[in-house]
Amino acid sequence: MRVMVLVKANEQSEAGEMPGTELLDAMGAYNEELVKAGVMVAGEGLHPSSKGVRVRFSGEERSVVDGPFAETKELLAGFWLWEVRDMDEAIEWAKRCPNPMEGESVLELRPVFEAEDFGDELTPELRERDDRLRRQIEEQQS
Amino acid sequence: MTPRDPKRAIEAVWRIESPKLIAALTRIVRDVGLAEELAQDALVAALEQWPESGVPGNPGAWLIATSKHRAIDLLRRRTTLERKQEELAREIELGLGREEEDVDAAIDDYVGDDLLRLMFLTCHPVLSKEARAALTLRLLGGLTTDEIARAFLAAEPTIAQRITRAKKTLVAARVPFELPPREELGPRLSSVLEVIYLVFNEGYSATAGQDLIRPSLQAEALRLGRVLAGLSPDEPEVHGLVALMEIQASRSRARLGPGGEPVLLMDQDRTRWDRLLIGRGLAALERAEELGRGGLGPYALQAAIAACHARARTGDETDWERIVALYDALAELTRSPVVELNRAVAIAMAFGPEAGLKIVDDLVTEGALDSYHLLPSVRGDLLEKLGRGDEARGEFELAASLTRNERERRILLERAVASSVTSPRRGVSTE
Repeated sequence: MRVMVLVKANEQSEAGEMPGTELLDAMGAYNEELVKAGVMVAGEGLHPSSKGVRVRFSGEERSVVDGPFAETKELLAGFWLWEVRDMDEAIEWAKRCPNPMEGESVLELRPVFEAEDFGDELTPELRERDDRLRRQIEEQQS
Repeated sequence: MTPRDPKRAIEAVWRIESPKLIAALTRIVRDVGLAEELAQDALVAALEQWPESGVPGNPGAWLIATSKHRAIDLLRRRTTLERKQEELAREIELGLGREEEDVDAAIDDYVGDDLLRLMFLTCHPVLSKEARAALTLRLLGGLTTDEIARAFLAAEPTIAQRITRAKKTLVAARVPFELPPREELGPRLSSVLEVIYLVFNEGYSATAGQDLIRPSLQAEALRLGRVLAGLSPDEPEVHGLVALMEIQASRSRARLGPGGEPVLLMDQDRTRWDRLLIGRGLAALERAEELGRGGLGPYALQAAIAACHARARTGDETDWERIVALYDALAELTRSPVVELNRAVAIAMAFGPEAGLKIVDDLVTEGALDSYHLLPSVRGDLLEKLGRGDEARGEFELAASLTRNERERRILLERAVASSVTSPRRGVSTE
């Protein structure tokens, strides 16, 4: 399953303070571990909300609101997309993350909706591919 | 907030740590079966202790330290093989003499190579393909025997026996726990890639029966591929295989219609393709191309073909001429009649059905694909396009009699009926 890991913002991230070398190193090592475990699918850090924009909808009306935004704790400072076997595994990986901020911080883990991903039938192409592989394996071994 | 079940947390730790643990223990005891037993003893200890004491800060280090203690106990108890055991015990104790952090650091140093060694071991050519796949899923995927049995549609005792035998075979054949020497690396790596792709395809499709899908295997294979790419980043074919799997997996959402019916590649709603996986696939392919310096291996070539489809926003934009060129290279490399059949389809798409039919007819003469339902299926399709409906009908009927898949049989019989009417229609797609 795919899980989106949201790094919640705090005062420092909203102030645009960059993490220190030590944290950067620790994060680098952690990211490497995620990649090597085949867990990491994508991930990015986000600029503070002062560089962000909101497009608000009200019925058919649209309005554009420039950042920064209040409610700091509800804002995001970054995200990962992970591929894991279940939420327990995602939690275990999240616990291994170095604290992404100085002081208090929160990672929010949200399963990505992908129930539609897996149906119960197969296209002829896939079967063809499968058969092709089998043949190739057989040939390589003969 | 409800408190989380500690057992589930421990199981998650186990799934993350067990391949590394088994790999490190195999390096020490040189017997993968014994290593797995020791690792499982450590799991039992964790299940007993952690709910009381809490999960330790570094659960991996705890598990390895615990299982090393058990390894020593076990070896001491087996007094009959004294000298060898003392040797082993000494080796283990050297590791244990250090502080926990040192042990941890030592594990980290080794762990990448150990995991890779373990992959080469479980995919060793002394084992049958099926045994390799089962053992790899068990030791590197952390799947239970029951899960593997369900995935491969086999009875659990069959799989259990297969795994037990495989472990014994490795010990009996004295297969060393090491990275293969340079001169063996190519074939040994192929063996690993083959197992991963076999697992991937098991997850994608079933060879018999109907409506069988085991999607978790697909995810597991993709994970193993990504892990392997991290462990041996300089091997072009590893990236080639990862690229192929990422791009194929990107189509998961589009390959079924609303009623669960299969949708042909050329008819799929491409907006439903997973752009993230396509992006990862294309990046992996690029890496394979860089490392391969122009000469692509079979997986990278298949990935390059898949990439042609992935890059085309609509079916009409497909660069069939490039696909033909890639199939030329793949056919040259594999000398496989199935690749040749796919090449025929690509040629028909690029240069017209007549050109494709010529190759298909050569394949018919050759006879290597006599029992392969897609040969008459493709031939019927090309004949139909050429307006030779009566001949097409016979081919579709032949194809229907050869397939083992119920739903496919029905589709082929429907096409047989339809082809008598001889209306041009979209055909079997390639790739």
